[in-house]
Parts: sequence; C-alpha cells; structure tokens
Amino acid sequence: MIFRETSQNINIYKNMCYFICYYSIHILNSFFLLRLSPSKHSSPPRISCFLLEMAAQEVASQPSDTLATLKTESETLKTKLEEERAKLHDVELHQVAEKTEALGQFVMKTRRTLKGHGNKVLCMDWCKDKRRIVSSSQDGKVIVWDAFTTNKEHAVTMPCTWVMACAYAPSGCAVACGGLDNKCSVYPLSLDKNENLAAKKKSVAMHTNYLSACCFTNSDMQILTSSGDGTCALWDVESGQMLQSFHGHAADVLCLDLAPSETGNTFVSGGCDKKACVWDMRTGQCAQSFETHESDINSVRYYPSGDAFASGSDDATVSLFPSCIFFKWRLLFGGYNDYTINVWDVLKGTRVSILFGHENRVSTLRVSPDGTAFCSGSWDHTLRIWA
Amino acid sequence: MTIRNVRDHGQRYRPRMACLKKVENVVLEMQDPKSGVKSQTQRLVITSIPHAITGEDIVAWLVNRFKIDATEARAMGTMMVAFGYIYPLQDHKRLILKPDTSLYRFQTPYFWPAQQWPVEDTDYAIYLAKRNIRKKGMLELYEQEQYNNLYKWVNHKWDFIVMQAKEQYRAGKERKKPDRVVFDCQERAYWVVHRPPPGTVSAMDYGHDRMVDPNMEEKKTSDYYRRTVMFIQQIVKYTTTYKEHDPFLHACLPSNPWLTDDVTYWTLNMPNVETPTKMRVECWTFSFGELLMDPRGRADFRLFLKKEFSGENLAFWEACEDLKWGAAETMKEKAQQIYKTFLARGAPRWINIDGKTMDITVKGLAHPHRYVLDAAQTHIYMLMKKDSYGRYLKSPVFKETQRKAIAPEPHRFTETQLEQNAKRRRPSLSPITLRQQEEEQKAKLAASGPVDITQVMSKLEKKQKA
Repeated sequence: MIFRETSQNINIYKNMCYFICYYSIHILNSFFLLRLSPSKHSSPPRISCFLLEMAAQEVASQPSDTLATLKTESETLKTKLEEERAKLHDVELHQVAEKTEALGQFVMKTRRTLKGHGNKVLCMDWCKDKRRIVSSSQDGKVIVWDAFTTNKEHAVTMPCTWVMACAYAPSGCAVACGGLDNKCSVYPLSLDKNENLAAKKKSVAMHTNYLSACCFTNSDMQILTSSGDGTCALWDVESGQMLQSFHGHAADVLCLDLAPSETGNTFVSGGCDKKACVWDMRTGQCAQSFETHESDINSVRYYPSGDAFASGSDDATVSLFPSCIFFKWRLLFGGYNDYTINVWDVLKGTRVSILFGHENRVSTLRVSPDGTAFCSGSWDHTLRIWA
Repeated sequence: MTIRNVRDHGQRYRPRMACLKKVENVVLEMQDPKSGVKSQTQRLVITSIPHAITGEDIVAWLVNRFKIDATEARAMGTMMVAFGYIYPLQDHKRLILKPDTSLYRFQTPYFWPAQQWPVEDTDYAIYLAKRNIRKKGMLELYEQEQYNNLYKWVNHKWDFIVMQAKEQYRAGKERKKPDRVVFDCQERAYWVVHRPPPGTVSAMDYGHDRMVDPNMEEKKTSDYYRRTVMFIQQIVKYTTTYKEHDPFLHACLPSNPWLTDDVTYWTLNMPNVETPTKMRVECWTFSFGELLMDPRGRADFRLFLKKEFSGENLAFWEACEDLKWGAAETMKEKAQQIYKTFLARGAPRWINIDGKTMDITVKGLAHPHRYVLDAAQTHIYMLMKKDSYGRYLKSPVFKETQRKAIAPEPHRFTETQLEQNAKRRRPSLSPITLRQQEEEQKAKLAASGPVDITQVMSKLEKKQKA
C-alpha cells in the first residue's frame, strides 16, 4: 500500500467527542489518505481516512505570507513527508501486511439477472429486508423488485426521464426518487396492485437543478438530497419543509453517503469540483473537505466503522474509472466504465477479482444490508445480483 | 457559486472523460517504434499501406505491459477501440478488439476524442455530403436517414456544407492513393465512434450534462498544504474482528440464500427472532453500537436494564433518537413529552445527568429543535456504554442468551436438491404487512395498561428457575 499526502482544511473540527471516546486507545493526529496500489492498470478508488482529535497541530496561515513562501514551505514539507513515508512504508506497513493473511480464492457469479427496464438503469437501493430492491432508469420508470424471486412488485412512472436517484425507506414501505425534474418525490408503497402509486406521491425536495442522489436518514421521516445546483439539503417528508441546507460545493454535487448510525450525524458528499466534503447535519457546516482528486467525484461511500470513506472518480488510470463503489469490511467493490466490476482488498491494496457480465457501463452498485450479495445496475438495462 | 444558464445542446464541456488523457499516454507508448506494438503493411489490391497492427499483437503487448491476463487485456483493448484511438480495418462498424489476425491501425491525433472542439453536426453533414458526391447511394440506411434529417435541421448552412464537401473531395483527389485511403479510413472510423449505427453501444455516451469544464486546469489556493499520518491499525483491527462475519469471505451458516435458494439464513436472522444465532450474539460483543443497532440485541439489553432498574436510560436514548429522526410537526410536542417524562424534577422516569448538561438542556428546551437533547443523549449513551454495557456482557441475561443461541449446521445440498430449491422460491411477507402487524401489536400492548414491576420480577424469577 502506498501512503499519500493529504490536504486538510485549517478548520479542524473539534467537537466530535464521541469519535474520540469510541476510539479512545489511539488519540493521535490521525488523518491520512490511503491509496490502493496501482500496480494493476486499473486503479481502485481512493480511500480517505480521518480520525479527528483534540490537540491537533495547527499550522497557522498568516495572511502576510505570499504564495511563493507557502509554496516553498509545502515543498519542504513534501520532501519531509516522502522521507517519513519511506520509513513507514518499510517498517509498519511490512509488519501489518505480513500479519494479515491474504484472501483466498474469490468466486462470485451472477445469481440473478433482473430484466424489465426499458433503458439505462441509473440507480438502485436495497430494502432492509435484504431481498427487495428499488431501481430507477433513464426512461422514467422506478421498479421495486423482490430480487430473490426476480418478481416485480411495484412500478411507478415518473413524469421525467433520467431518474438518477432512488432510495428505499428504512421501514420498507416507501421509496423516494428524483432526477431531471429537480424534485425528490416519496411514493408510499401499497399492497393493492391496482392502486396508482403516483396518486399518493409526496413532493418533498425542491432544487434548482437536477437531483443527483437521495438517501433516507434513520427513519422514513427525513430525506437527504444532493443536486446539480451545488447544494445538499435535509428535508422533512411529511411537510416538505427544508430542515437544513448545506452549501459549500462550487459545482454539481454528484453523490452522497450517510455515516453509519452509531458514529453520528454526518454525511459525505462528492462533486464536480473535485472535492469531497464531510458535513455536520446539525449545523449545516462543512466539517472537513478533501481535495485529492483530479476530476469529478462520481461516488463516495463510508467505511462501516464510520471513520473512513472511499471516493471514486473519473481520474483513476488508463481507461478505467469507477463510476460507483461500495465498501464492506475488507472488500471494496467498484463498478467501472469498461463494463466490469473490480473487487479490491482494502488491507493489502490488491485486486481480488474482476467480474465480467454487463454489456454496458456499470452505473450503480450496492451490497445487501447483511452482506450476502451485492447488486449492480448497468446501462445495458439490467440489474445483476452477485454472490 | 455561479449559475450557468447557456446550454449549447450538450456540446459544451465534452467529452467529460478525464481518463482519456491516460489512454492517450498508453496509445503513445504503443506507437513507440522500439517497445511498442509490431506493425506490418496491409496489402490492398495494388497499393500497400504501412503501420497496420493485428489484434493478437495488441492483446499480447497489453498483457506484457500491465501484467494482466488475456481477458482483461482484451476488455481494455476493446475500450481503446470504442473510444476511437485504434480502429479496425476490416468490419469497421463493430468497435471491438478481436484477438486474432484482424488488422487495426492507430487513429491520427486529429481525430482523437479528447480534442478541444466539439463534434458538430455541420462536420457530419459535410462528411456525408462528401461521400454522396463520391459515389451516390453509398450511404448506409441509417446514414441516409441522418443525412435527410440534417438537410432539414441545418438547411440554412446547406450551401456552405455542399461547397465544403466539394472542396474536400477535390483536395482528396489530389493526394496520393495510399494517403487518400488512409485518410478515408480514419475519417470513417472517427464518425463510427461519434455517430454510431443504431443499436450499438457507444463509448461516447456519458450520461447527463454537468456544469463544469473537466479540461480546466486545477488552481492551487494559498492555504494548500499537506500532512501525513498513519493509522492502519484501526482498519486492521476492524477487518480482523469482522472477518468471520463477512458472508463474502466466510461461508454464512447454514447457507447463503443467493447461492442455495434456501432462506433459512434469513428466517433465523429476522429482526425480532426469539432465539438469535451464535454469530449474531458474537456481534453484540464487538461494540456497544452493534448491540444497540440490532433490535434483538437492544431488546436483550432492555431486559437486563429492567432487572437493574435503570431502564430509563435506554428509554431516554430511544426517545431522543425518535426526536431527531421524526417528523418535524410532532417535534415540539415530543421534546416537551421527553422533558416531562425524563428530565423534570420528580419525573416518573428521571435520568441521572450532571448539572451542567441539565442546564444546557433545559435552556435549549425553551426553543426546541431536533438536536436540543443532543448533549444529554450523548451523556447517557456514554454512561450506558462505559457502565451498563460491561455489566451486561457479564450478566446472567446475556449468558442465558448466549447459551440458547443457535449454531446452525451448514447445508449440504446435492445438485437435484439445489434445482428443487430454485423451483420452490417463494416471495416473502411484504414490509408493509410486517409494519401493519407491528403496529397492531404495539396497539395491543398500549391498551393493556402500564407494566407492573412486581409482576415482571416474578416472571423473570420463574424463567430463571425453569
């Protein structure tokens, strides 16, 4: 694994004491960027890890510093870092990598293929019952499937095309979706097959540009959205009221992910301005921002422990870049634009497996809530369940 | 944040593929006379054209260069052909890499996709007109249709287009035959990439427009500085703890439903099952968060707290969560209700928090918002985590649960059994039905009146004796 330098804002977030308590053993200035080895031609998404701490080393920025002096300072820091990194690389990394065993043979196959969309599948989400999924596509259709039996349970036709975002409510009784209509609508699901779901639709979010991602918080009552207008917002579903808005991206926000519930009230968003921002949902402030990519960030995902996230961007290498990624403990899954899915070992930084099967770009990828399978949606109009 | 209003019909900021610069580097390497792909001459009736490469050579070179296997090299090569950096000489409409002796050639940089100018309809019209002049009726059906459409849409420029087409045709005639053939091939390949025949997948298809130019240079701001820290032990610890709980890495017991079509695994791990599995109980020992997140674990913990007469802590924590994530309408009432039940002096379920936190909370409650009880909630959470959690893990309640936990035997299905399972796939209860059932149960509980603590104690004693 290669350690890479990171960039960090001057504002070091000090109020997240529960982070410290949770990882009380190691209170360090701990913030690093983990880049998986690009020894293969296809590079995995980058992982940014951060642990926040109280006594951080603040490098004060004096307004009188010229750009030149700061540049020279950063150059000297860079060389120092290279030395440090070389040392670490030899000592700790070696020990750590040795201790961890390599993963065995990894065999994953397509177990189900869900056909039914008439156009590119853009987004999907799992239900908490581990077998149902909702998927949305370019033709405006949102379908709820029982992936285990491959039956379609519900179908909604949205009044717009390019439904880029869809999410399943935690209770399993509603779905949210949106796209070029600049709105996020919540559809309560019903057991009555003849009922027109569009009749009970609730328009929740209103943005001034396309909706790129949406996600329910811990309950059915609140929904988090990100949009092409550069903002993210938290909405109350019942009233459609905006509870909090998050400004800070300079361009379209393409993706977001909520922190796993026990680690609190934050979420990360990635955008076309090459930044990934971690936001505090309570205050609406950007707690940290990471500018380590060279291109649009297509997808961000939290690590299950809540103190790291991975981001996938257009700038990976050669002809592959992940358009969607997902973490699960030791494995990182990336869906790429060359129609494949690569599975990476987070610890060793090596690729475990490459999965072929889709006939067009893989646009969305998620692991089921209990980790028994993962689902990928592609521009070839199908969804595949792999296990 | 500036708002960009003008959209020139999708021609702005394309193509949006930062990876293309990297593909170009690889293509340049491939063209290196010494270390690149071997080229040969292509024979066409009388003329022979140099610098043609075979599909198998390309695959071999990629395998060698990147140390990957043949399938992947082939996929990668196909992407290069799909983007238009290499084009096939035979079967020019199918943009794939065939790992045999079929011939390919490198596309000239003028026709590479990452150039600064957009691919305009006017240029396409000129190209089609030129081909029409050369040999009437040589256009394919889809090209004919496109041509007719362009005639309608770009009619105002039609004289210009025809004039350009004639000029280019004349200039082409003056070239030497090999050069002309090569240029025609290149141009044809360029248009196959950017105006693909119907029904084919195009690599230039990039999705919806975004508002920022990907080719803009990155600006370095004045507070841009770097720092490194190591913290890999965290990740190692996490992965080692959860190693056996990852269904991808370790077989899940009794069997993964997606592999064997048998849903026992899901039935055994339902949220509110009576007896949990051993793996699930083990998860509760990893962290307090894990215990609380699992409804069965939380129920067990609740039972333990009841015995210790400190159930109000968990109840308060749950009420705070409900406040945070609940509907905005009921928020104020909920906050008041929580205050009356847990925080006020003489409250029925008074929780023990320090004076400072109590002060902050009470002040906040004058203007309640969703996070008003945050400080108190964190305090109680920490209290439970540091104190009650440890004792729970050593308690008879937990030990009892651990003892009763199921460790299912792994399934061993034969081929025929697997086939039968596949046929017998059944839909499960819809979450909507489940929620209705839960609500009915809750209503029943609420209707049955407040819990009498002495009755609970006697029941527990009876259970223990049994």
